[in-house]
Amino acid sequence: MGKTLFEKVWDNHVVDQLENGPDILYIDKHLIHEVTSPQAFSALKERNVPVFRPQQIVATADHNVPTLNQHLPITDELSRNQVAKLRQNCEEHNIELYGLGHPYQGIVHVIGPELGITQPGMTMVCGDSHTSTHGAFGSIAFGIGTSQVAQVFASQCLLVGKPKSMRIVVNGELKPGVHPKDVILYIISKLGTDSGTGYFAEYAGSVFENMTMEGRMTVCNMSIEMGARGGMIAPDETTYEYVKGKEFAPKGKELETKISHWKTLPTDDDAVFDKEYTFDAADIGPMITYGTNPGMGIRVDEQIPTNENESYQKALDYMGFSQGDSLHKLPINYVFIGSCTNSRIEDFRAASKYIKGKKKASNVNALIVPGSQQVAKQIQAEGLHKIFEAAGFEIRQPGCSACLAMNDDKIPAGEYCVSTSNRNFEGRQGPGARTILASPMTAAAAAIEGKIVDITQL
Amino acid sequence: MKKFTRLQQTAIPLDIENVDTDQIIPARFLKATDRKGFGENLFRDWRYNGDQNPIDSFILNNKNYSGPILVAGNNFGCGSSREHAAWALTDFGFKVVISSFFADIFQGNALNNGLLPIQVNPEQLTLIFKAIESDPKCEFIVDLEKQTLQIASIDLIIDFEINGYKKICLINGYDDIDYLINNKQKIIEFENKRNA
Ligand code: SF4
Repeated sequence: MGKTLFEKVWDNHVVDQLENGPDILYIDKHLIHEVTSPQAFSALKERNVPVFRPQQIVATADHNVPTLNQHLPITDELSRNQVAKLRQNCEEHNIELYGLGHPYQGIVHVIGPELGITQPGMTMVCGDSHTSTHGAFGSIAFGIGTSQVAQVFASQCLLVGKPKSMRIVVNGELKPGVHPKDVILYIISKLGTDSGTGYFAEYAGSVFENMTMEGRMTVCNMSIEMGARGGMIAPDETTYEYVKGKEFAPKGKELETKISHWKTLPTDDDAVFDKEYTFDAADIGPMITYGTNPGMGIRVDEQIPTNENESYQKALDYMGFSQGDSLHKLPINYVFIGSCTNSRIEDFRAASKYIKGKKKASNVNALIVPGSQQVAKQIQAEGLHKIFEAAGFEIRQPGCSACLAMNDDKIPAGEYCVSTSNRNFEGRQGPGARTILASPMTAAAAAIEGKIVDITQL
Repeated sequence: MKKFTRLQQTAIPLDIENVDTDQIIPARFLKATDRKGFGENLFRDWRYNGDQNPIDSFILNNKNYSGPILVAGNNFGCGSSREHAAWALTDFGFKVVISSFFADIFQGNALNNGLLPIQVNPEQLTLIFKAIESDPKCEFIVDLEKQTLQIASIDLIIDFEINGYKKICLINGYDDIDYLINNKQKIIEFENKRNA
C-alpha cells in the first residue's frame, strides 16, 4: 500500500518507536517567540541541561510587541520584560534572534516561509498553534506547548503519538472574489471545530493546486481551527518556485538534490486516509463568521442558522445576533487586516486593489498590520501604502497586534471588527470585542462601505 | 511534576461547550516569564466583570461547588497552544478535567503538567452533570492505576483511556524531558545517519 505525504515525512523523522507509546520524532526547525519560550528556558536551567541544537532554532518577537514606535523602549513593563528575556535567553544559548528592529522581524509564521527557513519535507514546531501554516510547503508543522518547547530545546525531538490522517479535497473553479480564506472558513463551517482532532489534514484537489503559496499558507494556517494538529499541501512547481532564491533556502546543486527528493513526497495514488471529505468549489462564496468559534461561519448571502443548543445561543448573545439574522449590510466600526493568516504581501495587494481610489467610511477604524518587516518594505516598494493612506487606513509596524490583543491594539467592548485573523473567540481582540472573520477583500470592502457587503455583488 | 495516583473528592460543573484557551486564560495575562500565579486569572472574564467584581452566576464563584475536579462541556481546551491554560487550571487547584472531548494540544499540555484529562462519552457526561446538580457534594473517585472514574451516588463506574506511556509518567511524576535526554545517543545516531 502506498503512503500519504504525511506518512512519508513523518516516517523520515522517526528516531525510535516506543512500544504502546509515542514516537521519538526528530524536529528539523524550531521557531520560538517571546510568549511561550521563557518558561521552557527556565525548565532547562532548573535541570542544568543545555540547548542541544541551537543552530536549528530561530527566534523572533511578535506576539507582545507594540505596532507603533518599535524603535523606542516598550512602555508596558511586562511586555518589555518578556521581550528582553527572549533576547537574554537567545544570547545565552546562542540562538539566532530576529528581534525588534531587525530587518527579518515579523510574525513567526510569516518570516519562516519568506526567509526560506520553511522547506518541503521538514518537521517544524513552534509554541504556537498556527505553526500549521508551514504545512503549505508539504512539511509537518504543528504547534506545541511550553513543556514540549523545553523537550525540543533539550533533545531536538518530541515524544508524540502519530496522528491519524484525513484528506480534504476541493475540486473545481473558485468564483471571482472568493479568496483562500473563504475556502478554509467554508471547510471549517461544514466540518466543525473538532472534526480534525487527532488528525493531520492534507488539502488536495484543483483548488489547492491552483493556489499561490500565500493562499496555501492561509488555508493551512487555519487547520487548527477544526482541531487538526496541522494541514499539508503536496509540494509542486509553485512550491519550488517560491522557495528558490529565498535567503536560507538551499541553492544550486543542493537545491536540485532537494527538489528531486521533494518530488517523491506527494501522496501515492493507492494511499489510504482514515477519513476523507470532498467539496465543490462552486459552492463556496465570500464567508463571514457570526459566532465565537471559527466554525460558526456562513456565506455573506446566507442567514445565521437556527440551533437549540445553549452554547450556541450563548455565542450569539455575545455577538449581539439572533438566529435567522442576515449580516449583510451590518454596520461595523473596526477593520483589522493582519495576523499570520492574512498579512502577506498578496493579502495587501488584494485589499489595495479594492481600496484604490476609494475612501473608508467615516465610522470605521481600519488597521493594516503587515506580517513582517519584509512585507512592510514590500508594501512601500509597490506603493500600496499610498493607496491605504489615501483611503484613510492606518498602517502599523509588524506583529500579531489585534489578532490576540496582547498589546495595545484592542477592539473596544461591544464593537464589531471585521478581521482577517483566525479566531473569533470571546474577548480574543479585547474584552467584550466582537470579531467577524473574513478574507482581506471582504474586510477591505467592509472598511470602505462601513458595513458588511458581498464583494461578488459589487 | 507531581505524582498522581488516586483521588476522592468533589467536582465543579462547567456546562459549556467549546471552552477555548482564550477563556481559560485570556492573552493579556500571558506576559509573565515564570509559571506561577496563573490561577488568579483562570477564566478571568467569566469570573470577574469589568469592575473586577466577581460575577455571581459563574460557577467558580458559586460557594455550593468546590473540589479539584472540573467537569466541562464538549471540546474543552480548543484554541491556542498556550500551556498557560494548563498552568492556570493546576495553579487554581484542579487535578482532573472531565469532558466528552478534549482538544489535542490541550490534552498533551495537561498531561505534561500532572493534570489528568478524562474523556467520557456524551451520555456519561450528561449523567455526571446531573449527579453534581442533584448533589453538589457528591464524591468522585479517580483511580489512575485502574483507569476508573467512580461516582458512588449514582452508581456510575467508567473505565477511561490513557496512553500507557503517559500513565507511567503521571504515576511516577516523570516527564518527557527525562526520557528524551536518556535517549540522546539514539538521537545523535539518527542525525549522523541522515547526514551521511
Ligand atoms: S498572528 Fe495571531 S494567530 Fe498568528 S501567531 Fe500571532 S497571535 Fe497567533
